[in-house]
Amino acid sequence: MTRGRSLVGLVLAAVVLLTCAVAGFTPIHSASQDRIFTIPKGTWARRMSGDKVDILPDHIRLTLGVQDILVLRNQDEVPQIFGPTLMMPGQSFRLPFDRAAEYTFACTAHASGQMTIVVESNPSTAWARIRWRLLELLSTFR
Amino acid sequence: MRHAAVRWATALLASSWVVSLVVAATGAGATTTGSGAHPPVLKAGAFDPPRQAPEFDLRGSNGGELNISQYRGKVVLLAFGFTSCTAVCPTTLNTFAVARRKLAAAAADVQVVYITVDPERDDVARLKKYLGSFDPTFVGGTGTEQQLAAVRKDYGVSAQKQVLGDSYTYAHSSFTYLIDRNGRIRALMPYGHSPDDYVHDVTLLLKE
Repeated sequence: MTRGRSLVGLVLAAVVLLTCAVAGFTPIHSASQDRIFTIPKGTWARRMSGDKVDILPDHIRLTLGVQDILVLRNQDEVPQIFGPTLMMPGQSFRLPFDRAAEYTFACTAHASGQMTIVVESNPSTAWARIRWRLLELLSTFR
Repeated sequence: MRHAAVRWATALLASSWVVSLVVAATGAGATTTGSGAHPPVLKAGAFDPPRQAPEFDLRGSNGGELNISQYRGKVVLLAFGFTSCTAVCPTTLNTFAVARRKLAAAAADVQVVYITVDPERDDVARLKKYLGSFDPTFVGGTGTEQQLAAVRKDYGVSAQKQVLGDSYTYAHSSFTYLIDRNGRIRALMPYGHSPDDYVHDVTLLLKE
């Protein structure tokens, strides 16, 4: 029994170490640098009927060289203020970032009246890559 | 002994599977570092498809009417603000002035249009004096509160008056519209970009 527990402990430790090593030393890449947010068709009608529809988070995290292009798409049938801009039906807006900084835009789609985009530099150290991957993993559960 | 070896092998296989999953899910699933099918060309945020810049009819600081359509054939940098602005506007207008100087002869095909959000204080004379301190070619626009509110609505620009003691200020959108020679809104440059970024984008639009 004790031997079994030791084995489990060893395996867990090995998994954690292996995960950290691979997460820290594997370069971060992305198939697309686009971070896409879409207003689906019917959003305006849903809002008018009293539904609370959140499409665009008030904080967006981007990473230089990995995912550093914000893409907003309005697929609804009416013009919409989306992030920093007014977008016509069927229109998209593609905003690249090339400097790590915190950007604040006025945005009437949010209760706070503003939207913040945090652009982080490309994780260049093992710890930074582990942190980046951890944050990505956590964000998938939010 | 044999059982232990099997258990170790299973555990290691499971570990590799977990590690692969975690790492693949967080940025190692592909090896492309490019920007996908649509590489960014402009430094500013680009619209697709571009829409026609909404027309307006305001009083211009050059003494005549100010319409967006009168600048067809030129690339227009359109910004909104107010002359008492101490933070955003002077920086943006100075950026435009530097960019125009860097563009040299090509600057003849670039027009800066600055529409006030503060018609109470920004009359034609004040706009002319203020803009002239940056670049004498800049043109300002003013009108009634209703006219200006309609222009802001058409362009998706926000401006909120904020009272400060016996004075007031405005919190307003700080980005700049880039309008091409055909009068289409092509892009939106967020506040804080350098003159070089404007030179880059304007040059691309002028070449079309």
